[in-house]
Amino acid sequence: MNVSVSHVSKRFGAYTALDDVSFDVRSGELVALLGPSGGGKSTILRIIAGLELPDEGSIVLGDEVVDRQHPRERRVGFVFQHYALFRHMSVADNVAFGLEAQHAPKEEVHARVHELLHLVGLSGLEKRRPSQLSGGQRQRVALARALAPHPKILLLDEPFAALDAKVRGDLRRWLRELHEETGVTSLFVTHDQEEAFALADRVVVVNKGRIDQVGSPLDIMDDPATEFVARFVGEANVLSGTPSGAGARVGPLDIALDRSAPGNTVHVVVRSYDLKFWRDDANGVATVRRVHALGDRVKVEAALDGVGPLFAQFPRRSSLLHGIEPGCRIAVQITKARAYPATA
Amino acid sequence: MRSHPLPSSSPGASSRIAASASHGIVRPPPVIEPARSTRELSTISVAPAAPVPVVVSRWTTGRLAIVAGVVLYLVVVLVLPLIALVVETVRAGFPAVVRALSAPDARFAMQQTLWLTLIAVVVNTVLGVAIALVLVRHRFPGRRLLDAVIDLSLAVSPVMIGLAFLLVLGREGWFGPALEALGGRVAFAFPGLVIATLFVTLPYTVREVANVLAEVGEEEEQVASTLGASAWRTFWKVTLPNIRRGVLLGITLTAARALGEFGAVLVLGGAINRKTETATTYIYGAIEERQVAGAYGMALLLGVVSMLLLLAIERFKDRSPDA
Repeated sequence: MNVSVSHVSKRFGAYTALDDVSFDVRSGELVALLGPSGGGKSTILRIIAGLELPDEGSIVLGDEVVDRQHPRERRVGFVFQHYALFRHMSVADNVAFGLEAQHAPKEEVHARVHELLHLVGLSGLEKRRPSQLSGGQRQRVALARALAPHPKILLLDEPFAALDAKVRGDLRRWLRELHEETGVTSLFVTHDQEEAFALADRVVVVNKGRIDQVGSPLDIMDDPATEFVARFVGEANVLSGTPSGAGARVGPLDIALDRSAPGNTVHVVVRSYDLKFWRDDANGVATVRRVHALGDRVKVEAALDGVGPLFAQFPRRSSLLHGIEPGCRIAVQITKARAYPATA
Repeated sequence: MRSHPLPSSSPGASSRIAASASHGIVRPPPVIEPARSTRELSTISVAPAAPVPVVVSRWTTGRLAIVAGVVLYLVVVLVLPLIALVVETVRAGFPAVVRALSAPDARFAMQQTLWLTLIAVVVNTVLGVAIALVLVRHRFPGRRLLDAVIDLSLAVSPVMIGLAFLLVLGREGWFGPALEALGGRVAFAFPGLVIATLFVTLPYTVREVANVLAEVGEEEEQVASTLGASAWRTFWKVTLPNIRRGVLLGITLTAARALGEFGAVLVLGGAINRKTETATTYIYGAIEERQVAGAYGMALLLGVVSMLLLLAIERFKDRSPDA
């Protein structure tokens, strides 16, 4: 079912939580709302569900404008970060709740509960109480409960944030498979870019109540629309430079730009894997400060002459690392860079 | 276990006392000797840290003093009067007490108190849950004021509350003549007792339920509504089971307060024999008239009922929220 959020604004007193937010989720898609905490992501989810009313703007679910509908009429499935399971009900009663609220026949409820618990891999735990389940199991019950009444869209608010890293990874893969199996249009909120990129078909980057960019994970990685997106997604160097021709000049470096920006000063953003260092004692332009081994990669921190810190990451066995050690001089080549207006 | 070099003539207890006395003070060698042997003893029982037993024994002495003080205070303030009540009731003679309590006026007072308690529990449980829901789940102008007003009857003397109601509802009060014209009397009649009791028992359920509501949070209710449940269904299936403990605690506190209320029902009701007398005002009247058996008996009865309620409260407190 299509979801369309158009021109939604929301203020809490003097604080603007959302400022003219618009985006679409296409039927069957899995979309991530990605951004730092407090950026308004959860508010968008709550407005779609009807748990919060927008000051302006409109929500369309399927082909219906739902602005005047109560949450119970909207048919959305909502999954909270802390599960919000009905603590005094058994697992089966939790999952059955939505169907029973809609007065579905008993046999149908029973069959659906059985089907969903099988789907989320919790068959046999029907009679357990939420307090007798692990965090990952609770979140799967919450998902089954949300899916049971056949929602138009599944909304997940930081669904994995309360789980430890191992369970989070497993549940992430599992959710992706579940989505492929059920095909339910889904929108989830996360502050974890890795999670967004691993799961989502498309990512909506939200910052300070605005949408900075909507696109596939690759779009967002390779062509960040704003400096915020460029800095938020992956590790990046941000250097002040002056435009020169089609490129920009940063200290001793002439940098070719994939994306230029107006102004006398621009911010040049370079990802940690979009530059090369090699040892050059005679003509080097930077000095290596530190070399960290990060598992399968090595991070090299250097100081670019007249500019300041610059870092890069290389595969552990990269030939570029040959001879690189703290204090040595290096040459720098930037292979991919983008410039943004130096306003922020 | 290894044997320790404790001199057989000096038992552990006495050396421990010596150690605690010498703790932190430089002493000549003879005293240090038993202190060290205490430490060696401690390395067997407790794990490392040489001075630990000394510190523990000091701390225990201090704690003992505090505990003893608290117990003494409670005995003097709470237990002693209750024991005195039991003893004096027994001394007044059991048959006399039974006779006094089965007299019509005593039975009337008991019934009256029972009715008032029942009404207070029913009305203030329903209203209390509703008010708590409004206070915790809704944001509206004046919410804080309402929140403060709820506690008014806790802060203000019941006698003053009774008087204030008298000024409004009494025969010469603001609405007195109007009530009289309608053929109803509130002050010095059963409705007056009801109003006084309802007022003083209002905050208990509100507070208990509000606390639990805030603790439980709103998310389960929100999930219920996204799952298509009506407000009514959400209340019965989700909210009420979650606040059950608060409701039960509120009911017991309300009942205890209704049973024991004196000032407000005295002022607004007037303690008219067999008309507006309650168990507490009966006790007061009986003391005035030196009917010792009746006064002690009724007081003991109220005390026993209150203690049963207290036991019930402790039960609800102990229960875990998931149970």
